[in-house]
Amino acid sequence: MLRALRKRHGLHSVARRTDAIKPSDILLFATLRNERVRLPYFLRYYRELGINHFLIVDNDSDDGSREWLAEQKDVSVWTTSASYKGSRYGIDWMNWLLMRYGHKHWTLVVDPDEFFVYPFSDTRPIRALTDWLDTYEMRSFPAMLLDLYPKGPIDAQPYREGQNPLEIAQWFDSGNYTISRNWYFNNLWIQGGPRARMFFSDDPYNAPSLNKIPLVKWNRRYAYVSSTHMLLPRGLNMVYDDWGGEKVSGCLLHAKFIAPLTAKVEEELARQEHFAGSREYIAYAEQLSTEPDLWCKWSEKYINWRQLEILGLMSKGNWA
Amino acid sequence: MSVGFVMMCHTALDRAAQVARFWAEGGAPVVIHVDRRVDKLSFDTFTASVSDLANVSFSRRFKCEWGTWSLVAAAQAGAEQMLARHGDVGHVFLASGSCLPLRPVQDLAAYLAARPTTDFIESVTTADVGWTIGGLDEERFTLHFPFSWKRRRRLFDRYVELQRRLKFRRKIPAGILPHMGSQWWCLSRRTLASILQDPDREVYDDYFSKVWIPDESYFQSLTRLYSTNVESRSLTLSKFDFQGKPHLFYDDHLQLLRRSNCFVARKIWPRADRLYATFLAQRSPVDAKAEPDPVKIDRLFSKAVERRTNGRPGLYMQSRFPHRDRENGKTSAPYSVFQGFDDLFENFDGWLAKYAGARVHGHLFAPERAEFSGGESIFSGCLTDSAKLRDYNSQAFLTNLIWNARGERQCFQFSPRDSQACNWFLATDPNAQISVISGAWAVPLFHSSESFAVTRREAARLQKIELDQISILRSMYVKARVRIWTMADFIENPMELLQTVIDEISPRSTRRLTEVPRLVDLSGFGQFLQNLKNQGMQPRLMGDFPVDDGPLPSNAQRDRPYIVR
Repeated sequence: MLRALRKRHGLHSVARRTDAIKPSDILLFATLRNERVRLPYFLRYYRELGINHFLIVDNDSDDGSREWLAEQKDVSVWTTSASYKGSRYGIDWMNWLLMRYGHKHWTLVVDPDEFFVYPFSDTRPIRALTDWLDTYEMRSFPAMLLDLYPKGPIDAQPYREGQNPLEIAQWFDSGNYTISRNWYFNNLWIQGGPRARMFFSDDPYNAPSLNKIPLVKWNRRYAYVSSTHMLLPRGLNMVYDDWGGEKVSGCLLHAKFIAPLTAKVEEELARQEHFAGSREYIAYAEQLSTEPDLWCKWSEKYINWRQLEILGLMSKGNWA
Repeated sequence: MSVGFVMMCHTALDRAAQVARFWAEGGAPVVIHVDRRVDKLSFDTFTASVSDLANVSFSRRFKCEWGTWSLVAAAQAGAEQMLARHGDVGHVFLASGSCLPLRPVQDLAAYLAARPTTDFIESVTTADVGWTIGGLDEERFTLHFPFSWKRRRRLFDRYVELQRRLKFRRKIPAGILPHMGSQWWCLSRRTLASILQDPDREVYDDYFSKVWIPDESYFQSLTRLYSTNVESRSLTLSKFDFQGKPHLFYDDHLQLLRRSNCFVARKIWPRADRLYATFLAQRSPVDAKAEPDPVKIDRLFSKAVERRTNGRPGLYMQSRFPHRDRENGKTSAPYSVFQGFDDLFENFDGWLAKYAGARVHGHLFAPERAEFSGGESIFSGCLTDSAKLRDYNSQAFLTNLIWNARGERQCFQFSPRDSQACNWFLATDPNAQISVISGAWAVPLFHSSESFAVTRREAARLQKIELDQISILRSMYVKARVRIWTMADFIENPMELLQTVIDEISPRSTRRLTEVPRLVDLSGFGQFLQNLKNQGMQPRLMGDFPVDDGPLPSNAQRDRPYIVR
């Protein structure tokens, strides 16, 4: 938490509209870099879910992301040229903004390529979920990262601004996830999916973590520990039932694997700003040169949240 | 005769106003109680919004706290006002501000007019209720509860504990048999008036004001004293989940609510615009005779509670990760493990697939790769054949495989040559059917062209592994369906033994086996075992094989499968 206080000095406000935040508003926090082409759909998606205000840290974009965001009426933007790695992959910045503006709000922390779905998300706005969580005095809500990918080479189909990325990345792995419990932080550690299968089959331990707790009724005493994978205090990580029942959960549809990925990977590799020596990006770079196809004949085509719930990737719990 | 509504409101007053207007404009008088904790501005806005309606009035305000007498006091005051001001009201309906009428007032009025003396109130003796939360049912009536359950839980619990220890019991007033039930009722004028004008009311009020959650028992118990015709059910559709919280209705429940034919539902999510718009627009009678039928909604909510408390068996996911032995199903479906069969029989996989009608895999836990059926490199759910990924969490590999292939029986081969990481899991899983031909692992060694020294070492290794595994399969913790034969026993009578295993896999198939798979050539196997013995190893798992190829049934018919009449 002290880190967050220290790191806040790197953040410069570009457009601050936080005075417009009302006490009951649901807030979205994000860090991004050069995501201009993805932003219009991203904002549209979350506005339709019922997000009231966006608080975004721009990490030194040079593609106009910052300027475009600053024009949006429901967005507050900060910028920084400090190191992404130095801020523990953006989480120090997020923790600071959460502490400053998230207190007593429901807060959603996502990346620009992550799309939050929860039970009934096609018929009930996000406030229905947060109201329901409030009645049960639940403070946090899990949503596992579900990697989506296109059929065929990743860069084959270009992404147009404003397009739903799920039109391109439609496929996912339905049942190859492994879970273990982290007894120290009490969270579950989930790995698997196409990235483990394609890029980490020789090194499963280092495959990316997919467990996330992106939606939290924030309190200034809380902090994310490592990305949105786990939180402090530890009770916030107990989003699962360990006596056989199912708690309610959602998914973050991760539309990372769409064009232009190869260019992005090269840029990120050159910056060396990612987790664990960017090993994930090194693995991608090795494979991307061979135009890999993440799709296989057992891939599932994404339809809606009900499909994910039937497959057992998320659950309605006792919300009906 | 008509019906009048007493509404208890504390939040979402705009919605309450809409509902009050709906009832009032439908011709039913409404008395509204607003919690005194509601601030003046909100209250004034509320009263102003219904000020144009002559038959809407506000009753004396109480400060309401859950589980306390204040709720009953408020209901009494509202009911008294209703009876005093509206002499034509035949039934009084107690509703909350988050109730939504699903049918027009005329429907309800007609329904009640046809049952003028019936009191609709859920009223069950304490011995018969199964739904109380916190374990207090009878004790609600016999203990004191001076402390708030919501705000001072520890004190509340301790005081209850203390009274239990002192064997303290309050005296229940004569004539009262405690009953409990939903606090949303609809009583006839006669019954309600009798309760409110009872000469002993002070005694009863005094008693019930110290009962815990009296709004679930005051009217429920007293109705029994006066009513001639109690219909023990609530006309308000209201479902509670396992933690005692009411289920909420949303826009997507519209069709379900419409078809339920219930008169009133609660609780409605205040922002369910479509529900309010649709149901408050119905002004003309729909079908006055239709009986309320909430079965589908009951099922929906009981399934939700079931999912929350028991979950889906065999599922491991981000919000269901049970402790060991708390899984309520370690795997999601029955499956079969065959050990030694493919060593002993040629093309056992193909034969099994044909007769068991199941998906037959090779050695899923083979050291090199997971041998999926048909030699595929990837299987349902995008499980890959990578041994490293599998061994990273072999239990998850197995549970995923069974979960992904729900609806299709899974079978796989096993052997001491394979990864043994799942042995305990398999042995303790009631879904596992494990059939072992012990010692059959020696057959490939017998056929191998390796030097005898290597073979002997390998035989000793495999025998040790299989002995360990069999000791697990024979332990007292076993939940799997386990069958173990020695190799010698099995080949005595393979047909019958295979038949039992197959019958268990597909019990409905009446077809008898007409062929068993072809046994591999075992001539000289007895000598091979003797050689192992001569080298100082003790083969213990195969059973008795004579050194000369004696009465092995395989020899005579080796080139033809068995035919059974």
